[in-house]
Amino acid sequence: MDFRTLGKTYRNGEVIIMQGESGDCMYVIQTGEVEVLQRHGSEEVRLAVLGPGDFFGEMALFQRELRSATVRAMGEARVLTVDKRTFMSRVHEDPSLAYRLVQTMSERLRRVNAEYVRAASSHPFQKSAAATPPPADAP
Amino acid sequence: MSELAPSSAPADRPGHLELQSGARVAVVGGGPAGSFFSYFFLDLAERLGLDVQLDVFEPKNYAIPGPAGCNMCGGVVSESLVQMLATEGINLPPTVVARGIDSYVLHMDVGVARIKTPLQEMRIAAVYRGAGPRGAQERTWDSFDGFLLDRAAAKGARVVRERVEAVTWRRDRPQVKTRNGAPQPYDLLVAAVGVNGAALKLFEGLGLNYQPPRTSKTYIAEFFLGRETMGKYFGHAMHVFLLNLPRLEFAALIPKGDYLTFCLLGENIDDALVQSFLNAGEVRQCLPPGWQRPETFCHCSPRISTSGAVQPFSDRVVFIGDCGMARLYKDGIGSAYRTAKAAARAAVFDGVAREDFRRHFQPVCETIRRDNLVGKLVFAFTRQIQHRRFARQGMLRMVMREQQQARGAPRMSMVLWDTFTGSASYGNVFLRTLHPFFWCRLLWDCLRSLRPVRKTQ
Ligand SMILES: Cc1cc2nc3c(=O)[nH]c(=O)nc-3n(C[C@H](O)[C@H](O)[C@H](O)COP(=O)(O)OP(=O)(O)OC[C@H]3O[C@@H](n4cnc5c(N)ncnc54)[C@H](O)[C@@H]3O)c2cc1C
Repeated sequence: MDFRTLGKTYRNGEVIIMQGESGDCMYVIQTGEVEVLQRHGSEEVRLAVLGPGDFFGEMALFQRELRSATVRAMGEARVLTVDKRTFMSRVHEDPSLAYRLVQTMSERLRRVNAEYVRAASSHPFQKSAAATPPPADAP
Repeated sequence: MSELAPSSAPADRPGHLELQSGARVAVVGGGPAGSFFSYFFLDLAERLGLDVQLDVFEPKNYAIPGPAGCNMCGGVVSESLVQMLATEGINLPPTVVARGIDSYVLHMDVGVARIKTPLQEMRIAAVYRGAGPRGAQERTWDSFDGFLLDRAAAKGARVVRERVEAVTWRRDRPQVKTRNGAPQPYDLLVAAVGVNGAALKLFEGLGLNYQPPRTSKTYIAEFFLGRETMGKYFGHAMHVFLLNLPRLEFAALIPKGDYLTFCLLGENIDDALVQSFLNAGEVRQCLPPGWQRPETFCHCSPRISTSGAVQPFSDRVVFIGDCGMARLYKDGIGSAYRTAKAAARAAVFDGVAREDFRRHFQPVCETIRRDNLVGKLVFAFTRQIQHRRFARQGMLRMVMREQQQARGAPRMSMVLWDTFTGSASYGNVFLRTLHPFFWCRLLWDCLRSLRPVRKTQ
């Protein structure tokens, strides 16, 4: 089936994007799964596992920030790259192209907020200290 | 049937017709344009909370092999369309992709060059529009058009498997009649009938100012070579030919599963031209040694749109895809997506009056039309290269050097890639050819080609 799947193959454990690197594209998973990991000091936290149809790295389409997390293939994964230039030229003609991205980003933000509130309420003494929620789960 | 009322003109916007919940939309033609329209119209309507009934009329059964179940075409889904569809959540499954393409090979009498995508990733899909070639023994792929129509149906479109036989007005609303059904009035009629077949005649009686696009005859043939031979000789590359044959604008061999698709575009491609192409040394060299054209094989001569339609919209009627506006020679499925989506956005967010389409649909058609004019220039330039041996040699040298060097902008490679694959607009391609480095390099390589070559051992 390999000659019929679009995108590029990443082997198990292969890094697709690296936290802290700059990027100018987004990725859409065609087959397989990837894990989204974020490093805090020496600790690596798994933020999410994404599967076919999911995308990641979309923030690079809108901002010039460095990648906020690392994404690694879990098993063999096939991933399609969407260039910023292609996306931007199309979104200029058709702003509704961004609906699905915005919808997913807002769902991710909602999830992060809910987790943040849950974490803050389970540690009452941290309530006022925790000023900003952690970043959303796709870099 | 109840009398229709759900689309009306709000008092503050005379001449404006807004679709409301309960409205009915007819889409005539379930090729890419019709399916894209249906999918995106229903998606956008759902976002706005509009409950609209949408019927797609499509008589073809995409499960029948051969031209009867196929909207005949080369079947290359461009790099930009693959990316946009993935962004929209429409990922082409391996059952629909007959082969992923990651490079192309340019064949000329002066040599051969392989051009790879910068990312070396399979982002172009070679697909079968229908169930594949007539006589296919073992079918392991699904129809691309069938896949899109299923997506539209999953969004809520009602697929009517019948040919539309008449389109008339009932008072101010278009009505559609099939052989087995009574005429049905609709609030919006979307024509997505392409340019192959007599369907455009149906709309003549509506008294619109619409004039269909001009078309030209093309040629497509499918040859079985078997998986192993396909892998060995063609792999994941599309083969493009720049031959000095009159009337031939573009010729490509496209690998698809066990088959090789021949696709010839230009001015009314006839048997004589097809024969000259098949006999050309560059083509023979690329095919397995001793290959002979079989006695029977699946082939067709569909028409391709070479200019946009005039006035492809009116009150409650809009023409999308090939019968509205298509990109010249390349990425016709991509322009079907663009015009379909523009019409869907206009109909959902603005309205279905002529003025709504003029403001919100026509700009996209105009962008494509203007780009096609630049495209004509790009093809005229390519023809000049085609006719001059030293220019062909210069271009080949430039491409080969770019492909060998890891550094430096591969200017000619990218210009050719985008021209042949339809991945970027012709305007974008043209702008890149204006770069002084592009011309300096090309002139230098052409001059070197004019020098007599010293024979080396
Ligand atoms: C030789 C050739 C090669 C090409 N190669 C490519 C390529 O590689 N890549 C690419 O992107 N584009 C290519 N194109 C262009 C591409 O085929 C078209 O741009 C595309 O099919 C347009 O889609 P459409 O939906 O507008 O029309 P069509 O695909 O023609 O679909 C029209 C539909 O309307 C239906 N219909 C017709 N009459 C009626 C009726 N009375 N009632 C109900 N339904 C009806 C038909 O059955 C059909 O399904 C090629 C074209 C040609 C001719």
